[in-house]
Amino acid sequence: MSIIEVKNLIKKFKTKDGEFTAVNNVSFSVLKGEIFAFLGPNGAGKTTTIKTITTLLHPTSGEIKLNGFDVVLNSNEARKSFGIVFQDPSLDDELTAYENMEIHGVLYNLSKDLLKKRIEELLKFVELWDRKDDFVRNFSGGMKRRLEIARGLLHHPKILFLDEPTLGLDPQTRNHIWSYVKDLNIKEGITIFFTTHYIEEAEKVANKVAIIDKGQIIVLDSPQNILEKTNAKSLEEAFISLTGHSIREEGADSLDKMRLKRRFSRR
Amino acid sequence: MKAVYILWLRQIKRYWRSKSRMIGSLTQPLLFLLAFSFGFGPIFQKAGGGNYIEFLTPGIVGMSILFTAIFSGVELIWDKQFGFIKETFVAPVPRYQIILGRILGGATVSSFQGFLVFLISLLFGFKITNFFSLFFGFIFMFLIAFAFTSLGTAIASALDDIQGFQLIMNFLVMPTFLFSGAIFPLNNLPEFLKFIAQFNPLSYGVDGLRWALISNSHFDGIFDLFVLFGVSVVLVGIATYIFSKMEVK
Repeated sequence: MSIIEVKNLIKKFKTKDGEFTAVNNVSFSVLKGEIFAFLGPNGAGKTTTIKTITTLLHPTSGEIKLNGFDVVLNSNEARKSFGIVFQDPSLDDELTAYENMEIHGVLYNLSKDLLKKRIEELLKFVELWDRKDDFVRNFSGGMKRRLEIARGLLHHPKILFLDEPTLGLDPQTRNHIWSYVKDLNIKEGITIFFTTHYIEEAEKVANKVAIIDKGQIIVLDSPQNILEKTNAKSLEEAFISLTGHSIREEGADSLDKMRLKRRFSRR
Repeated sequence: MKAVYILWLRQIKRYWRSKSRMIGSLTQPLLFLLAFSFGFGPIFQKAGGGNYIEFLTPGIVGMSILFTAIFSGVELIWDKQFGFIKETFVAPVPRYQIILGRILGGATVSSFQGFLVFLISLLFGFKITNFFSLFFGFIFMFLIAFAFTSLGTAIASALDDIQGFQLIMNFLVMPTFLFSGAIFPLNNLPEFLKFIAQFNPLSYGVDGLRWALISNSHFDGIFDLFVLFGVSVVLVGIATYIFSKMEVK
């Protein structure tokens, strides 16, 4: 059964000189329990796709269903089905870790007792329980990301969206985060949808990979099948043979740095 | 409605924890009270205007509420920039509840700020006539706070960065304060300024406060109440509309 269904999604933005099509007629579906990776260079339309699926942006056209609910027509039901970890932080820095969790629980209408139990469970899971009463502004980047993951899981979502979840983290923290995520997928059967431009992450973690470039899906299959189809030794090679360019261009690299700078200069 | 409550609580916590902000925004009204009451007081009295601190206090209370309320609107831009807005936008909560929580939080904070200024004015010799008047005074404080928090939020919904807000502070907030009758009576103004003051919601707020606290009003207390209430409803409506159409890029 597919839990995410996207049909002919188009998202255009108005710009000074006309229109810019960020997502150009994208269709795919994700099965329940899958780990699905959206792989592509910066500016390929990954974040726009994830934001449109998660109701932050309105689709220009096309149909999106989460857990059977249309995200435009039945947005609140669709919203209950997923948790999300954004690319940029979305925590309230002036509140404690616990308070951030509490707000989330109330917004998702959890009962008081359940909320208490869940917060403890999850903060222990991401190893932040002993820091629960600290202000988030004193947390490191990795700790914030872990807190966001815990928060995204608070309401027992069926799907977890992760937008570049390891961007700007050191290798150790990256591994740490992926081990949480895989654990969740295996133990709780949560469907994982993540975007990344780290090829090795898609290759290692995902059951299925969609390669996206310039707003369009170029190929969608399991990592093994993609390698077989393109006769490549690695996804990196496959990417080059499919798109004609490497995933990490110089432009992308400097954009990456800029993004990181922005992330860390925030308070 | 639990969502409205928790977002209201968030604003209160943020305010309560930043004592520097609380004290910082008290210094300006304090300075105004000090400078104007000692500076203009004697002239005002000689000109037959009566006790100036009595006249000035409702104006300065109104001013501090105006500033704090509009500032609470700015906080929405911060939420956009620091990302918290996304957390509320993906939650299964109707947008009107999110904005209501925000506005009620901002309004509570700014009316409390107004109340603090009111307490300070007692040190300058402002006298409370009776406690019934105080009750109406609070109602007006809250209505001013509510109307201008809504205005600030509506503007902040439409803006993406803090720079634009600065412009609005200078071109909207200062004139709103100056041409509201907060520091001088509207009676003796030239016709065109009187005309402008009529369209200024703060004129009715300050007038209502004077009506309640010192039984002296230019329009009429009950009329002020209706105008402020009407303006609040319209502004909340506009803010909610812009907010519900908002996308997070």
